[in-house]
Amino acid sequence: MTTMAIEKPAEREIARTEPTWNRPQFRPNVDILERPDELTVLADMPGTSAEDVNIQFENGTLTLQGKVKDREPQETGYLLQEYGVGDFHRTFQVSEIIDAARISAEYEDGVLILHLPKTEAVKPRKITVKTN
Amino acid sequence: MLALRVNGSHSINRLRSEMDRLFDSAFEGFPRLTRDAWFAPTFPAVNVWEDTDNVYAEAELPGLKLDDIELLVMGDELTIKGERKDVCEDEVSYHRKERGAGYFNRVFRLPVGVDAEKVEATLRDGVLTVTMPKADEAKPRKIEVKTLPR
Repeated sequence: MTTMAIEKPAEREIARTEPTWNRPQFRPNVDILERPDELTVLADMPGTSAEDVNIQFENGTLTLQGKVKDREPQETGYLLQEYGVGDFHRTFQVSEIIDAARISAEYEDGVLILHLPKTEAVKPRKITVKTN
Repeated sequence: MLALRVNGSHSINRLRSEMDRLFDSAFEGFPRLTRDAWFAPTFPAVNVWEDTDNVYAEAELPGLKLDDIELLVMGDELTIKGERKDVCEDEVSYHRKERGAGYFNRVFRLPVGVDAEKVEATLRDGVLTVTMPKADEAKPRKIEVKTLPR
């Protein structure tokens, strides 16, 4: 008797990144301002530090990550809990007008400030003609 | 449960309270923590807990300095208020604006009276932690049970 292989057809799935972290992850609130020479991103990321923030820019995708140390009371429960404590994570698609090499960031008072300078217009190059 | 005395009627909460009404029905029955801070009743979101000696309150106040915050402790009431200012420049246009700005004022009734003289508060990386030692009368007294001789 031949056994019939039963296999579910692969389901069509929208390609998306699935999270596999074991700590709660929060999306920081963000203000994105456009100034004449740069885009400024202000992200509320309290409880982390300049060393624990990880910023990556790859292929037009900007990823912000912040590791937060645990500060929840372990022995006693909360009397009132309005927010959870966890790491921060957010991803943006950035247009090509940003000069990736000159991106800079500061972290102060729980706010991450990212400076995304716009590319300068390509300056005309003077080409010298050599003679033999 | 902690009694919240003053909530939500300040400029910084306008958008939040409108969104709250819209989303409250959708989130009925969900445990509180699955809603992120966007749905907190007001700004700032505050956590309160206690141990035998102190009551602690913690709030996330990114972008604020000590001068922007006012803390008042009286008896069993804690007040946190202040103002978060916005970027005020001429040649700025916003692509996204999710961080609120404006005045905030929250009053909490703590479970016990605290010693206002000994309250300490630290603000670090946007996290405000208030440590309030319980008033002596409020600390639990251990009562020794004596056995009577037969």
